[in-house]
Amino acid sequence: MKKNSFNLGEFLKNNSVPIMFIVICSICIPLAGYSPAYLLNEIVTRMGRNIFLILSLLIPIMAGMGLNFGMTLGAMAGEIALIFVADLQIWGIPGIVLAMIISIPFSVMLGLLCGKILNMAKGREMVTSYIISYFINGVYQLVVLYMMGALIPIAHSTIKLPRGYGIRNTVSLLSMRQSLDNALAIRVFGAKIPLLTFAIIALMCLGIIWFRRTKLGQDMRAVGQDMEVARDAGINVERTRLISIVISTVLAGFGMIIYLQNMGNMSTYSSHTQIGMFCIAALLVGGASVDKASIGNVFLGVILFHLMFIVAPNAGAKITGDSMIGEYFRVFVSYGVITLALVMYEVKKRRAKAGMGRQLAAEQQMEGKNED
Amino acid sequence: MSEVKTKNKFADMIRSFGLPRLIIAGFLLLLFIAAPFTGVNLGTQITNTINRFSWNAVLVLAMVPMVHSGCGLNFGLPLGIISGLLGATISMEMGFSGPVSFIMAALIATPFALIFGSGYGTLLNKIKGGEMMIATYVGFSAVSVMCIMWLLLPYHSPNMVWGMAGKGLRTTISLEGYYDKALANFLQIRLGSLVIPTGSLLFFALLAFLMWAFLHTKTGTAMTAVGSNPTFARAAGINVDKIRMLSVVMSTWLAAIGILVYEQGFGFVQLYNAPFTMALPAVSAILIGGATVNKASITNVIIGTFLFQGIVTMTPTVMNAIIRMDMSEVIRIIVSNGMILYALTRKSEVTKR
Repeated sequence: MKKNSFNLGEFLKNNSVPIMFIVICSICIPLAGYSPAYLLNEIVTRMGRNIFLILSLLIPIMAGMGLNFGMTLGAMAGEIALIFVADLQIWGIPGIVLAMIISIPFSVMLGLLCGKILNMAKGREMVTSYIISYFINGVYQLVVLYMMGALIPIAHSTIKLPRGYGIRNTVSLLSMRQSLDNALAIRVFGAKIPLLTFAIIALMCLGIIWFRRTKLGQDMRAVGQDMEVARDAGINVERTRLISIVISTVLAGFGMIIYLQNMGNMSTYSSHTQIGMFCIAALLVGGASVDKASIGNVFLGVILFHLMFIVAPNAGAKITGDSMIGEYFRVFVSYGVITLALVMYEVKKRRAKAGMGRQLAAEQQMEGKNED
Repeated sequence: MSEVKTKNKFADMIRSFGLPRLIIAGFLLLLFIAAPFTGVNLGTQITNTINRFSWNAVLVLAMVPMVHSGCGLNFGLPLGIISGLLGATISMEMGFSGPVSFIMAALIATPFALIFGSGYGTLLNKIKGGEMMIATYVGFSAVSVMCIMWLLLPYHSPNMVWGMAGKGLRTTISLEGYYDKALANFLQIRLGSLVIPTGSLLFFALLAFLMWAFLHTKTGTAMTAVGSNPTFARAAGINVDKIRMLSVVMSTWLAAIGILVYEQGFGFVQLYNAPFTMALPAVSAILIGGATVNKASITNVIIGTFLFQGIVTMTPTVMNAIIRMDMSEVIRIIVSNGMILYALTRKSEVTKR
C-alpha cells in the first residue's frame, strides 16, 4: 500500500464507484428537498442499523472467498433466535443479548454447512453462496412456516398463524424496539446518535483490526492471496476458509438482530431476502472490490449508498413526476453497482494473469539471452 | 468415498443417472401413483403437466448453447426474456391481433435479442471464468432498468397501459384477443379430460430439432469443442470468442422466443419484477434433466422440463389431498436450488478452469 506519487488518473480509476455516487447524491439532494437535519438523522440511524451487518462481509473477502452472499444464512439464524426470544417474552436489552446468544448455534451450524459446500466449489464461491442463500431460504421456510408450532413448541398465539402452526408474516419486536439505540442516545443538531450501537460497532471494528494480526488472520490473508502457496506453507486451507465463513455467518446473525431491533418489527419471510444484496451493494459503493475491502469502505459505503436510497424516490418524482421511477432507480443502482464491481474484478484478474504470462515469457527470453 | 467403489452394476447405473435425479424421478412417480387414491383427477393432472411443459420447454432449451460453449449456466436469461417482452408489447402496441401478433412479436423481438445478446456476449468474453455470477447480475440490472422503461416508454394501447394515468404499462397484461393460446390451439387433441396442446409441442420440437441439427454442423461441433477444451479449440484454429458470442446470442434469442411461448400458454404478459425469478427454474430444470455445468443435450432439456414441471404441478394438489397442507412452494425452492448446488459442487466440473 505504498503511495509513491499521487496520480490523479489512477486515483479516479480506482475510486470510480464512490466518485460516481458522490455525483449522483449531489445532484439528487437538492432535488429531493429534504432538510439537512432530517438527512443527518436518517443517515445516522441507518449507519447504526446496517454497519454491523456489512462488517460481517469483510472476513470472507480477506480469505479470498469473494462477496459472501451466504451472509443471508446468518440473517436467518438471527431471525430464528428473535422468534424464540419474542416467544419467551424477554424484553429490552436482555432480550437482544439473549437473541444473540441463541443465534450462535444456528449461525455456526449454517456457517459450517455453507463453508463445507463452498470448499467443494472452489473458484466459484460467489455464485455458489448465492444459490445457497436461496436453498437455505427454502429450508428456513420449511422450519418456520411448518415446523414451528407443530414440532417446535411456540407458546404465544400472537406470533403464530391462526391455523395453529407456522409463524405470522410479521413478528412484532415492539418490546425491544430500539432499546439498544435508545440506551445511551444523545441528540446533536436534532439527530439522535445511538452511542451504545456505535460503541458496539467500534468494538467490532477494533476486533477486526486485531483479528487481522492474529495467526488465523494472517493465515486467512495467505489463503486469500494464493491457496496453493498457503497449502505449501502448511496452512490447512479448507479449515481456514471454513472458519472465515463461520465467523462471517455469526457476525451476520448479530448484525441482523441489531438491524431488526432498530426496525422494531420483522417480516418473517422477507426481511432477509434482500439484505445480502443491499449490504454487498453498500460495501461496493464504499470503494471495496471483490478481493479488497476495508473498514473505511464500510463507513463510506453506508453513508453514500443510503444517502442515495433516501433521496432517490423524491428526486425521481421531481424529475419524472412518478415516484415509482425513483424506487426502481435505486434498485437498479444496487444491482448495477454489484455488476460493475464483479466485472471490474474479473477483468483485473484476467489482466493480471495475462501480465504474469507476459512477464514469464520475458524472463524466459532474458534467460535464453543470458545463455547465449 | 470408498464405499462407492462396489462393482455393482446397479450402483453404476445410479451413479451415471445421478442420485438427486433418481430421487426426484422417484418422487414424481410416487405422486403419479398416489394421485388416483387421493381423489385427484389424473387426466387433469397430466394435462397440466404437459401444458406447463409446453410453456417452459423453450426457455430451458435456451440454456443449451451457452452450456455447450463453456459459458456455464445462463443465469442471464432475463436479458433474453426482456427482448421477448419488448417484442410482445411493441407488437400489441402496433395493433396486431390474433395469432399474427405472435409472429410479429417474435419478429420484433429478434433484433432486440441480437443487440442485447451481442452486448452480453462481448461482456462475457471479457470475463471468462466468472460468467455465472456476472450473468446473474447483468440479468438483474437489465430487469431493473426495464422496470423504469416500462413506465417511461411511450405506450398508448388502452389494453396495456394503466387506465387512470393513460401511460405506463400494467404489471400484467391479458393476451385475450392477441396471441392467447396461439400455438396451443393449433391441432389441439382432446381425449376426455386429457388435452394436448399439440401446436406448442410441435413448435418446441421444431426448435429442439433445429438445435440438435445445429450442434451437428461444423459450427456446432466447434462450439462443443470450445466448451470442453478452449485451449485445444484455439490450437485447432477455432475463433473461441466468436463461437462463444454466437452461443450467447442464440441463448438470448431462444429466451426471447421462449417467453413468448410461455405467455401464449399462460395467457398473460408479466412485466416489471416478473423476469427476476424466471432464470432459476429454467436452470434447475435442465440440471434435473441430467445436464452438468458444461454438458447438456436436448434429452436433458426434455426430461428435465418434464420432471421439474411435473413436480411443480403435482405437489400442490396431491400433497394438499394427502396432508391438507400446501408445502409445494417450499418443496419447489428446496428441490430446484438444491439441484443447482449439487451441479455447482461436483468435483469433475471444477477442473474445467
